[in-house]
Amino acid sequence: MLDIKNLHVEIDGKKILNGLTLSVKAGEVAAIMGPNGSGKSTLSYVIAGKEDYTVTEGEILLNGVNILEMEAHERAAAGLFLAFQYPLEIPGVATMTFLKATMNAQRKARGEAELTPGDFMKAVRGAAATLGINPDMLKRPLNVGFSGGEKKRMEILQMTLLDPKFCILDETDSGLDIDALRIVAEGVNALRGQGRGMLVITHYQRLLDHIVPDTVHVMARGQIVKSGGPEIALELEKNGYAEYLSDAA
Amino acid sequence: MPAPVIQMRTPAETALIERFEREKSSLPGAKDARAAAFARFEKAGLPGRRVESYHYTDIRNLMRSVAPEVPVEGELIHSQHVGVEGIPVVTFANGRLQSASGMIGAAKLEQLDAALLAGAAELGTALGAANDAIVDINTAFASKGAFISVPAGEKASLHLAFVDHHDSAFAVHSRVVVSVGAGAEVLLYESHEGPDNLPYQANKVVELLISEGAKVQHIRLNISGNKALALSTLAASLGADAELMSLGFTSGAETSRHQVFITYAGENAKLDLRGTTMIRGRQHADTTLVVDHAVPHGESRELFKTVVDGEAQGVFQGKIIVRPHAQKTDGQMASNALLLSDEAGMSNKPELEIFADDVVCAHGATCGALDENQLFYLMARGLPRADAEALLVEAFLDEALDAVTHEGLREALAERVHVWLSARKVA
Repeated sequence: MLDIKNLHVEIDGKKILNGLTLSVKAGEVAAIMGPNGSGKSTLSYVIAGKEDYTVTEGEILLNGVNILEMEAHERAAAGLFLAFQYPLEIPGVATMTFLKATMNAQRKARGEAELTPGDFMKAVRGAAATLGINPDMLKRPLNVGFSGGEKKRMEILQMTLLDPKFCILDETDSGLDIDALRIVAEGVNALRGQGRGMLVITHYQRLLDHIVPDTVHVMARGQIVKSGGPEIALELEKNGYAEYLSDAA
Repeated sequence: MPAPVIQMRTPAETALIERFEREKSSLPGAKDARAAAFARFEKAGLPGRRVESYHYTDIRNLMRSVAPEVPVEGELIHSQHVGVEGIPVVTFANGRLQSASGMIGAAKLEQLDAALLAGAAELGTALGAANDAIVDINTAFASKGAFISVPAGEKASLHLAFVDHHDSAFAVHSRVVVSVGAGAEVLLYESHEGPDNLPYQANKVVELLISEGAKVQHIRLNISGNKALALSTLAASLGADAELMSLGFTSGAETSRHQVFITYAGENAKLDLRGTTMIRGRQHADTTLVVDHAVPHGESRELFKTVVDGEAQGVFQGKIIVRPHAQKTDGQMASNALLLSDEAGMSNKPELEIFADDVVCAHGATCGALDENQLFYLMARGLPRADAEALLVEAFLDEALDAVTHEGLREALAERVHVWLSARKVA
């Protein structure tokens, strides 16, 4: 499904990723854990297609296709979804308008017809209800004045509606209280399976209590330094990242 | 002692002076106002860079020659896309009101020349202390236009559709004087359109006399031809408790300058001035305001949004004057510009002249590009860059356009935004 091979990335001449290699199979939920500054967010941005970064070596394949050649919107249409750590506020754009524009843009890119207003409303209302999103919120400008929890729920709402093949969740637990975390995790869990791959990026073990990963990878200094099962997360919770940081010295 | 600088008369100045001498005896009414305005023009000449308020828009240099005013043969029709359902239209062909004097709903329309000759209308009543060279030229020459009056307590809506047309260079000087009676409610929509690829000069002035407690919404659409020099002025005086919302939308003309002069004549009047400008290529659009709080307890809000693409240049000059006795004035002005290309430019000049001590006044000006993080967010959701940019531009303008409460008109303006953005995607 997602194959990252020997990925080297720089920003403003500074190396962030140093030969990162990672594979996530269809239907697999992989977690990446790592200390601050290990390059986790860079990885998520590079996969999604942010232009500030320079890939100097390596490739990222989604179902065998090198997505590094694609622009961000083409990657989205190909089925990639990034749930942002800090979802952007877009003043002046009603959430509904945004949802409709993005859903139809992806359909158009795939050669599908636009949604009818009825189908669109039905899809949005259903998904919003499941995530406990108040319909009034959908009339407000996207993410403007939303709490941290509301913004993250809005990310999962988009993820549900856009029905991606592969999801990257970047620090989805940050800024969430325990109730919000549970709702968001349930939303994510509902999308598991059906051949959908997920990459869950987190600093803390806590999120992985709710979204239990199939595999866990430890990232440090721009590389994957250890891979295994969920037990690695527990180990990190106990011992911290010191072991991986000291390697750097 | 330095020698005084004597400016040579430009060919355009000479032509205007000769024209006034030739025509002054046949210009309809307002003899004294015309003579005084012309004398000021004759002394100062066309305003150029050395005149502070024209520093960014050098009319002396831009107006190289003076084209003749031409009558229109037959009937001119406004284009389909400026019409708004439910708002009755009166058309002005090269400035001349095409319909006979009469009533449109509660509004009474008269030809400007007839109203001036009959003494029913005057020129310059709404100008207050404003003193402006472009208005002076208009005052000196304007013989076409209308006098519109809405009686106290009545409601009226009107679309003043200005259609300019000729097959060679021409000029239009028009004046519309609107008198709104106490407590009346008026929706006034002006549209201005003209031929592309033809250099023409328009100098159009609207005077709005708003009586006590009257409410006016004024929307001005400038989609003039792409070679036009479009000069326009709105002068309004606000009576006690009067309310005015005026929004100018400009996407037309090669060079445009829209001036707004507001005078508070009575206390507790409220003003909401808005502007949305979208320019590209080598267009130049200037918006210049002077809001004169001459009495206490006035409230003013100014919100101007300018979108600049290509090598176009935007100008915003906004001055709020608070006179010594105009205590409790509340004025807030903002001008925000969005630059869509590296060559696009914007000059923002907000000014506060406050002579009273118990007032709340603020201004802010911003100028920037689209937020790359917002663009990435939208693109990461599947919107191609051009669509993502268009969505953000629409959102940027929305705040200003929101003040238009007439639904059809709001949609018509949204459509103009959409058309502009669509042309950008193709380019």
